[in-house]
Amino acid sequence: MDFNDTPEEARFRKKAKQWLAANLPSSDELADLDYIGRAKLWQKKKYDAGWACIRWPKAHGGQDASAIEQVIWNQEEARCDRPDGVFGIGQGMCAPTMMAWATDEQNKRYLPKLASGEEIWCQMFSEPASGSDLAALRTRAVKDGDDWIINGQKIWTSGAHFSDYGVLVLRTDPRVPKHQGLTYFFIDMKSPGIEIKPIRQISGGANFSEVYFTDVRVADAQRLGAVGQGWKVALTTLMNERASIGDGGGGINFNTMFNLASKVNIDDQPAINDRSVRAKLANWYVQESGLKFTGYRSMTALSRGELPGPENSISKLVGAPKLQDMASFALDLLEASGAIWDPELSEDAGRFQAAYMNSPGIRIAGGTDEIMANIIAERVLGLPQDIRVDKGIPFNEIPTANS
Amino acid sequence: MNFEFSEEQNLLREQAQGFLADNCPTTLVRRVLESDAPCDAELWKKIIAMGWTATTIPEDYGGLGLSYLELSIIAEELGRALAPVPFSSSVYLATEALLLAGSEAQKQHWLPKLASGTAIGCYAVAESAGRLSPNSLSTTVSGMNITGEKIPVADGDLADFAIVLARATSHATGDGVSAYLVDLHQSSVTREGVPTIDPSRSHARIQFDESDAELLGVPGEGWSLLQKIADRAAVLFAWEQVGGADTALNMAKEYAMGRFAFGRPIATYQAIKHKLTTIYVKNTLARSNCYYGAWALSTNADELPVAAATARVSAIQAYYFAAKENIQTHGGMGFTWEFDCQLPYRRSKLLATNIGSEALWQEKLITAIENRQLA
Repeated sequence: MDFNDTPEEARFRKKAKQWLAANLPSSDELADLDYIGRAKLWQKKKYDAGWACIRWPKAHGGQDASAIEQVIWNQEEARCDRPDGVFGIGQGMCAPTMMAWATDEQNKRYLPKLASGEEIWCQMFSEPASGSDLAALRTRAVKDGDDWIINGQKIWTSGAHFSDYGVLVLRTDPRVPKHQGLTYFFIDMKSPGIEIKPIRQISGGANFSEVYFTDVRVADAQRLGAVGQGWKVALTTLMNERASIGDGGGGINFNTMFNLASKVNIDDQPAINDRSVRAKLANWYVQESGLKFTGYRSMTALSRGELPGPENSISKLVGAPKLQDMASFALDLLEASGAIWDPELSEDAGRFQAAYMNSPGIRIAGGTDEIMANIIAERVLGLPQDIRVDKGIPFNEIPTANS
Repeated sequence: MNFEFSEEQNLLREQAQGFLADNCPTTLVRRVLESDAPCDAELWKKIIAMGWTATTIPEDYGGLGLSYLELSIIAEELGRALAPVPFSSSVYLATEALLLAGSEAQKQHWLPKLASGTAIGCYAVAESAGRLSPNSLSTTVSGMNITGEKIPVADGDLADFAIVLARATSHATGDGVSAYLVDLHQSSVTREGVPTIDPSRSHARIQFDESDAELLGVPGEGWSLLQKIADRAAVLFAWEQVGGADTALNMAKEYAMGRFAFGRPIATYQAIKHKLTTIYVKNTLARSNCYYGAWALSTNADELPVAAATARVSAIQAYYFAAKENIQTHGGMGFTWEFDCQLPYRRSKLLATNIGSEALWQEKLITAIENRQLA
C-alpha cells in the first residue's frame, strides 16, 4: 500500500506538470478578457496541445487517454491558478450523452468544438414543478413536419446565457405514464423563441437562469434516442452529473477553520484552545480525511484498470452539509462581527459569510441531500424503491398541487 | 496510486471470513455472553492454530513476520464476527508493547509464547472513573514491587501477564510514571471478573500487593510509551470497529427488507433508507480512514498519531451509530434478548471505552495535527 504513481503514471504526471508550467496563461494574456473569454483562451491552448478532454476518443477531439490519466491531469490542472468553470457541464455531462446517443456525423460536428472551447453547452432538465421528481416535467414538444415545437419553461440552468447549445428533455406524450412520454433533444440556444432570465440567488449571485420556450422549433434530427426514450437518455446525463459535481468545493475546509480558530479568541485565549472547538474540528477533519482516502481507493481501482466502487457517491452528500456547518460555526466563532459581510470589514474578505450563503444551494444542486441518500440506498445498498402512487398512471391524470 | 490491499491480502481476507463464518457464528458469541466463560476457548485455540496471534511478531521470535496490513484484515474480520476472544488485549496491546519497548530478554521470553498462544497478555492501565492522567495514577512501585488496583482490565482474568502503568513511590506526582511487566501467576496478585456492558468479552479487577514487577522500557517514560502503544492499537481497534459496524448495517438492512409495515417492506420508507444510508456513509468514511491508519502503521510513518486518531474517531462514531440505529430499525424486536442486535450495541461501546473515548481521541487528533504543523 502506497500513494505512489506507477512508473507509467509518473511519466504521464511529469509530462502534464511540465506542459502546465510552460503554458499557463500569463496575466497579460488574460488582461482584457471576461471570465468566459479567459476560459475559452485556456481551453483552446489545451486543445491545440492535446490536453483537452483527453479521455475522449481521438475522433471526437480527445486523446484516447485512460481514466487514471484523466484523473492525474485533473489533479495537476487543479493545482494551477487557471481560468475555470465554463465547460464543466458541456464536457462532463452533455458530451458523454452525445457520444452514447448522437450520430457519428453529429459527434464529428459538435464534440471537437466542445473540446476546443469554441462552443459552450448547457443542460436543461429541471422545471418549476419538477426537480427531484424530474420525470414529472411538463415542457411540451409537439411534432410538426420534420420539426418539433416546444412550449414551456426550464429552470436552474447553469450558464444558459452564454451557452451555444443545450440538451433538454421534453414531454412528447402526456397520455402515457410519465417516464414513457419523454424525449431528449439538443438545441441551438440562439433559436427564436428562447428567452433567458437569470435567477437571483440568496447569495446575491446569479449562476442559474430560467429558460422560457415559446413556439421554439427544433429539428427531429436533433433528437437523441427514440421518441419516448428520453428518460433512458437522461439517465446517461445524470450518471455523469454525479461524477462531475463533486462536493462543490465552497472555499472553506478544515484548514481554513483551523486557521480561523487559531486567530480569534475565546476568553482571551485562541479559540483553538477551547475543547468544544477542538472536538468540532476533529469531526470535520475525520470527514475530510475519509473523503480523501475514499477518493484514493477509487483512484487505485482506476489505476488497476478496474471500475471504482460506489464509495464516491458519498462525496457530495458528506461535503455539502459539512460546508454549511463549518460556515455556520465560523460565523459563531466571529461572534457579533460574524454577521458583517463586507470585502473590507469581514474576516478573510467575507469568505465565511459567502460560504454560509452559498452552501444551501450546494446541498440542492445536482440532487438534494435526500435524493442522493435515496440513490445510495437503492443503487448501493440495494434497498427497494419507494412506492410510487403515480406509477402506471397516464401523465395527464396525475394529481398536481393545485388541480 | 496503490491504496488498496494486495491480491494475497484479499485472499487472506476470504480465508478469514470463511473460517469465522464456520467457527464464530453469533450463536457462539451469545453462548459466551450468557455464560460465565471469559471467552470461547475452542475458538481461541483455532485462531491460534491459524497463526493469527503470530502475525506481526518477527520470525526470530517465533512469529510470522507479516505486516500490519495483514493484521488489519484479521482485525476487521474478528470485529465483523464479534469474536469472543482475548485477541485485542494479547495482540494489539501486549504484543505491541513488547515489540515497542521490551528488552531483548523480555522479547525472547514472551514473544514466542504470545505467537504460539501459550501465553496471553493484557493491558492494565485504567484505575477509576474518569480520564486517566499521570497525576491520577494511584498504582505505585517501590523497588520492583507493585501495589495497587487496576479496573477494568480486558481479559485480565485470562491473561498470564499484564502491561501495567504505575508511578514510582519516589515521585509524588506526574513524572516517574513507567510501564511494567507483571507476571499474573503470583500469590500476591488477586483477580476477579467484573460485569460489563458486554459480557461476551471478559474484564477483571486486578489487585497487586507488593507483586514482583519488571520495568518495560525506559524508567519515567511510561506515559509517552502508553501514547505510542495506544496509537498502534487504535488503528487495529478501529478495524475491529468498522468490521462490527458493517455487521450492524447488514443486520439492519436484512431486517428492513423482510419486515412489512402498512403493506410494504419498511426498507421502502425514506426514514429507514436514509438511516441506512447514513450508516453506510459513516462506515465508508471510517473504513477509508482505517486504510490510512493501516498504511501509517505498516510504514511506521511520522503521521501515525494523526492517522491513528483519525481512524479511531471515525470508527468509534461509525460503530456506535450503526449499532444503535440497527436496534432502532428492528423496532421492539431489536430490544429483545432473543435478537442479536444487542451484540454490536454492547461491543461498540466496549471498544469505544477500552483504549480511550471519542472525546479523548478527538483531543489527541487536534494535538497531533498541531504537532505535525510545528514539525
